[in-house]
Amino acid sequence: MIDNFSWVAVYPEIVLLIMACVIAMVDLWVTSPRRDLTYGLSLLTLASVAIIQALYASSGTTLYSFGNMVVSDAMGNWLKCFATLAMMVTLIYGRPYVADRQMLKGGEWFVLSLFALLGMFVMISGNNFLVIYLGLELLTLSSYALVALRRDDSNATEAAMKYFVLGALASGFLLYGLSMLYGATGSLDLSSVFTAVATGHVKHQVLVLGVVFVVSGLAFKLGAAPFHMWVPDVYQGAPTAVTLMIGGAPKLAAFAMMMRLLVDGLLPLAIDWQQMLMVLAVVTLLIGNLSAIAQTNFKRMLAFSTIAQMGFVLIGMLSGVVNGNTLSAANAYSSAMFYMISYVLTTLGVFGVILLLAREGFESEEISDLAGLNQRSPLFAGVMAICLFSLAGVPPLVGFFAKLSVIQALVATAQPAALGLAIFAVAMSLIGAFYYLRVIKVMYFDPPLTATTVSAGADVRFVLALNGGLVLVLGLLPGGLMALCANAVVQALGS
Amino acid sequence: MGILSLAIWTPIVLGVLIFALGRDEHAGLVRWAALFSALLSFFLCVPLYTDFDNSSASMQFVENMPWVLRFNMSYHLGVDGISLWFVLLTSFITLVVVISAWEVITERVHQYMGAFLVLSGVMTGVFCALDGMLFYVFFEATLIPMYLIIGIWGGPNKIYAAFKFFLYTLMGSLLMLVALIYLYIQSGGSFDLTVWQALPLSSRAQTLLFFAFFAAFAVKVPMWPVHTWLPDVHVEAPTGGSAVLAAIMLKLGAYGFLRFSLPITPDASHEWAWLIIALSVIAVVYVGLVAIVQQDMKKLVAYSSVAHMGFVTLGFFMFSPLGISGGIVQMIAHGFVSTAMFLCIGVLYDRVHSREIASYGGVVNTMPKFAAFSMLFAMANCGLPGTAGFVGEWMVILAAVQFNFWIGLAAASALIFGAAYTLWMIKRVYLGPVVNEDVRQLSDINAREFAMLSVLAVAVMVMGLYPKPFTDVMNASVDQLIQQASVSKLPQ
Repeated sequence: MIDNFSWVAVYPEIVLLIMACVIAMVDLWVTSPRRDLTYGLSLLTLASVAIIQALYASSGTTLYSFGNMVVSDAMGNWLKCFATLAMMVTLIYGRPYVADRQMLKGGEWFVLSLFALLGMFVMISGNNFLVIYLGLELLTLSSYALVALRRDDSNATEAAMKYFVLGALASGFLLYGLSMLYGATGSLDLSSVFTAVATGHVKHQVLVLGVVFVVSGLAFKLGAAPFHMWVPDVYQGAPTAVTLMIGGAPKLAAFAMMMRLLVDGLLPLAIDWQQMLMVLAVVTLLIGNLSAIAQTNFKRMLAFSTIAQMGFVLIGMLSGVVNGNTLSAANAYSSAMFYMISYVLTTLGVFGVILLLAREGFESEEISDLAGLNQRSPLFAGVMAICLFSLAGVPPLVGFFAKLSVIQALVATAQPAALGLAIFAVAMSLIGAFYYLRVIKVMYFDPPLTATTVSAGADVRFVLALNGGLVLVLGLLPGGLMALCANAVVQALGS
Repeated sequence: MGILSLAIWTPIVLGVLIFALGRDEHAGLVRWAALFSALLSFFLCVPLYTDFDNSSASMQFVENMPWVLRFNMSYHLGVDGISLWFVLLTSFITLVVVISAWEVITERVHQYMGAFLVLSGVMTGVFCALDGMLFYVFFEATLIPMYLIIGIWGGPNKIYAAFKFFLYTLMGSLLMLVALIYLYIQSGGSFDLTVWQALPLSSRAQTLLFFAFFAAFAVKVPMWPVHTWLPDVHVEAPTGGSAVLAAIMLKLGAYGFLRFSLPITPDASHEWAWLIIALSVIAVVYVGLVAIVQQDMKKLVAYSSVAHMGFVTLGFFMFSPLGISGGIVQMIAHGFVSTAMFLCIGVLYDRVHSREIASYGGVVNTMPKFAAFSMLFAMANCGLPGTAGFVGEWMVILAAVQFNFWIGLAAASALIFGAAYTLWMIKRVYLGPVVNEDVRQLSDINAREFAMLSVLAVAVMVMGLYPKPFTDVMNASVDQLIQQASVSKLPQ
């Protein structure tokens, strides 16, 4: 089973695992309070893994190894590449914040981040129920620890408890659903499950029950309503750098998990899970947008906005199969992938600015803390404004094209309900525009509370400017990233 | 790079640079840089007029290259007789606005100038776009700079106005977005306007599309009864913002009717023309009456804008060459006149800090030169023959009388209301004895203000006395548009 060929598919994971262990060891001898060596090694590791992933992805080959347990395809490799970059940016944005809050006494912050990323890699590569579940657990366990990293902070501890209890519940849901599918089809392997379901000989009721639990588990992990309760509390309670770590890169892994389980494994049941996703999408858009309006805490508002944004991803996922016909599947799933990638890019920018402002023992969590940011630092206000306009879906920013491609995929299904849902979705994004605009109003129209300018290291400044610039450039020229997503998804569906 | 690309991107790139690099410490330098950028953008547009072929109805200066391959969107630009004057008007008004802000804006000058330059390029893009999605992107992108302009430099209630502006117009255009996606799918994957214009559509589809477009454009024009955002926004916006809003942004909506509604949904346009005509006549008559009772000068001009734009939509939906040309001429004229009216109010506001009519009286005694300009623009606003305001209104009224005598009569009555509200305001603000100490201490306009008002005065007079250059360019294109709008697109 294990041959030379097999190892190639998991080289990035191996590099990441070895380096995570090495960094954990090396960190024991690091004495600098800001952990410069650990930081440098982590970034170096992430950069090299990102390059390896990009090379794998652009070669366009699909490798199965370990007896079909893992797969290395273009979609997975691109997602891993972007997740690595997102994690890198998270570490760059987050280091000053965690250093100021006594969270760098040890190197756990870096090591746990690398292990979380490894979990995402395994999730993305998994081609087997158990491997995917294993990756998910590695990711979430690292995340629980990260949320609780600020041990003496009661909010963070509360958030960690909530996250752990609800996360464990969600994992239980998912595992229960997977076990039913296993029981019905007799296999854990995604392609065998696919074949078994496609024959139609398997008892439909058992499958549907299994799908219900799988979809609920996924909805939990994505933060889709009505399984969204943990998101606002964890976003608000967790240290902001960790919030970014939960809200950024893992979303890409969650998307991959959804693709693997629902599409690679259960596409023949699409008619069932698409209906569930449709209900979830409507509820998610409604609850996310309406609740976000009422928030005064910026992190909590962003949590609800994330929930609302996930509603759009669900719309992309539910538009794939029309009357059993999978012609539009590539279009729909690639639009969802594009949405997720652009969402992560934008979220990084937003949290990057919050982290910057949150220095010196001051959390900068309320929307009003941003007052007059334009006068204090035009660059950071500009990046924040670009990202928020993008989240609101205003052209010419990348968020607009994300919404456009998702809604286009929905309308293309030509179902009677599709046009209604499309109009509902744009109406919700109008509500969304209101609360994003309110933050921009605070930054640009309100007088500043303090006259102090915002200082930041050169690395943070540079990455933040690059981040904001990318949101704009990908909005002006979205073609490349769209084509990348489309090719990756076509390949994933074809294999 | 073609002329149109230069006309669009020069102000945007320079505006972004000024926005990003400027500092309040060197506001003077920023002003000159902005003036240079505006002048450069304006002169870049001049060849569009000189090299324009009046006899051709097809698109000129066309640029077409793929933009987003996945959705078959293209960067497709071009101007015809309908859009040419708006491109010129946009760069001209931006130049005037930059001059008008010279000493008035003292805080965050670079952001003010940068926002207007970016806005100018984006609006030019709307008039040049021949790809549905490119049009939409430019159309929506105007919201961002305008939102900042109103919110940062506006009056006391600016926050409310900025939100109302953004959300009201976004609401309309989101429905249009769904319509564009629907057309994209119906046409088998194309965003090209020419493809859409040839696409057969069922009666039901046309009706739905027509109302989706209507939602976007009627809000922008704005037509009665969705005009309520305009007075609120005009009152709070800074002078330059009001001028650009009235002169160009309102035209984006009316232009959209010509580019989308009439050629893409011709049957629905004919079917629902009665509705547009009815709303337009209400705008002309009722909103004209509303304007009479206004106490605030800016609000008065805002309502008068709604009434004037009523003439435009009225002209469009009678489907006669005279009506459509008249509507377009009226749009251009209103661009000049409304800018001038808002700048005049701005001149007074800078000195007295009040927009209430009651705060003034006898301004002519202390500001004779300024009063002369104001009188000229007021006459143009009420459509006096020999000024720009007359030509378009006259053409539309003629077309209306040909179409239906009673509609013509109602439209013509607007001339009376227009004269009533404009002249009554002139009487109360400028004529009579000096009423208070503020007015007594007014100083007449300086050289800069004189320059900016005289440029507009020349434009208003030239267009009133010799409108031929304006109408000549559009004849061929208008004929072609009517041709397109008269052919049924219902599937046989």
